[in-house]
Amino acid sequence: MQISLGPVPYYWPQEQLLAFYDDVADSPVDIVYLGEVVCAKRRSLTHEQWLNLGRRLRAAGKSVVFSSLALLEAGSELGQLKRIAANGEFPIEANDVAAVQLARGVPFIAGASLNIYNSRTLEVFAAQGMTRWVPPTELGRSALKALQTTRPNAVQTEVPVWGRMPLAWSARCYTARHHDLPKDSCEFRCLEHPDGLRLKTREDHDFLCLNGTQVQSWQRLNLLDRLPEISDLGVDVVRFSADHPAVLDLVTLTRQALDGNKASGLAMRLDAVPDSNSECCGYWLDQPGMTGQIAPS
Amino acid sequence: MELVCPAGNLQGLKTAIDSGADAVYFGFRDATNARHFAGLNFSTENAAEGIDYAHNRGKRVFLAINTYPQPHNWSAWQNAVDQAADLGVDVLIVADTGVLDYACERWPDLALHLSVQASATSAEAIAFYHERFGIRRAVLPRVLSLSQVQRVCADSPVEIEVFGFGSLCVMVEGRCLLSSHVTGKSPNSFGACSPGEFVRWTETPAGLESRLNGVLIDRYGPREHSGYPTICKGRYHVAGQTTYAMEQPVSLNSLPLLPELMRAGVAALKVEGRQRSPAYVRRVTRVLRSAIDACASDPKTFTPNDTWMSELAGLSEGSQTTLGAFSRYWQ
Repeated sequence: MQISLGPVPYYWPQEQLLAFYDDVADSPVDIVYLGEVVCAKRRSLTHEQWLNLGRRLRAAGKSVVFSSLALLEAGSELGQLKRIAANGEFPIEANDVAAVQLARGVPFIAGASLNIYNSRTLEVFAAQGMTRWVPPTELGRSALKALQTTRPNAVQTEVPVWGRMPLAWSARCYTARHHDLPKDSCEFRCLEHPDGLRLKTREDHDFLCLNGTQVQSWQRLNLLDRLPEISDLGVDVVRFSADHPAVLDLVTLTRQALDGNKASGLAMRLDAVPDSNSECCGYWLDQPGMTGQIAPS
Repeated sequence: MELVCPAGNLQGLKTAIDSGADAVYFGFRDATNARHFAGLNFSTENAAEGIDYAHNRGKRVFLAINTYPQPHNWSAWQNAVDQAADLGVDVLIVADTGVLDYACERWPDLALHLSVQASATSAEAIAFYHERFGIRRAVLPRVLSLSQVQRVCADSPVEIEVFGFGSLCVMVEGRCLLSSHVTGKSPNSFGACSPGEFVRWTETPAGLESRLNGVLIDRYGPREHSGYPTICKGRYHVAGQTTYAMEQPVSLNSLPLLPELMRAGVAALKVEGRQRSPAYVRRVTRVLRSAIDACASDPKTFTPNDTWMSELAGLSEGSQTTLGAFSRYWQ
């Protein structure tokens, strides 16, 4: 299996982003998703700078994909999407049907928010030029197993295995709301929250992560102990979310384990990642997403 | 502008028609629709009777098959589409791409509307469904500002329907997994948000607590109004604040924007609330009927009158209404 690195979901300043991708170039990541997926106002890099970064990573041997916004509202956001779709060099990840419509002939990867829940939907998107798909976040292993048996030829499957799970998007910016600012003059406060904004229940249980207009799980998905099972389903790519710089250490360990054909899988956690003792894997087991790590049988 | 009202059961359907709806929408008694609640929705017999009732009065009937089937239950959605065609509904409201593909191929004459659960927020997304499946209308998610709605109306290849009144989804519909994360059941795959079987109310020394599958959604003081524990409308701790971090209990009311929506060419106004009582449907439908008629006859001087607004506020979550995402300030 190949290893992919999803887009950075948070608003990291330019220096942090570039330093992170310098490390990515030296990492065993096979596929890198670049670009902004949450809020069009986050502009640490211009479109040209993103493309240059893509070229640099490609020169370092990475396969580069340009990802795109999951919620499109303003005309300017559609304009940005059109530029990405017409980049002429890199395939795109479509996180909204508008991206599929604009891709027209450009190979695309279907992101989790395209809601591919069944074989017939897979076939429709395959006929549009989809080369790989990411199942919906809530899709469990039993449905994936069934879909794998009927997936169209030449379509690859990519399964997220680590990181905070995207759970919802809104027109409202929750980070601006937290700072009591209107969205249109948010003062780019997401820059103050490079790890998102933790939402706890009133009895202080960590629950969700507010990330601008996106809501994520606070707990990180961790399926690293299930890689053999995932591989057995014919999954081609496993995806790590770039939601913490230390993710690259996990990627390195995972690469070593995959190369060593380690049959028992990996129970891997990293002390460098905060709250690494609170992870979840429920969806994979056809349970509520928040369900915690259960030792493999 | 067509007034599209909810029918949770046969009595609700008749009430909506009698109160002034131009069209009603309903679902079958299973997970194929996004209001899959116990005691709600239609058997085939009820559906046939309801369709006759509406058609005899010159009104239209829409069937919502607007959730996402998976391999193990695909056939139920396919059967629902076939049944709808046999029953003679006027329109199918569909979200899933595979179901749209099936309906378009098997029943090419059956009109398709794109459900709000398909999350199409742009003319480009709508064009995708129009070119491939011939959809005739799209229902817009409750995430666009008024000017964005106007732009979609101008550029869309098909008619646009927007939400006029009812419970407010704060997140873009069709992509919200908050309920799924906590209960394993989502609007997408199960047809319900925060299903009742996971809700617990407990009196505690700290106050009345509402929980969803064990997760504390809110805690109420003695004089506080309690709301159904949907995750987006709970109170939480965020960096030292205890607050409605996403949204408070409130309903959407777009009546003040009616002239602008009409001028933009919005073809239909939808009332949310198949889970509500026939009495609720009657009151909301009457108000919206009066408002649409008044606005259509004289859009320049139209203002929503106080009686309508207070009637709707009284029927709202938390007795409050909002323009929601139509207003940039709300966002």
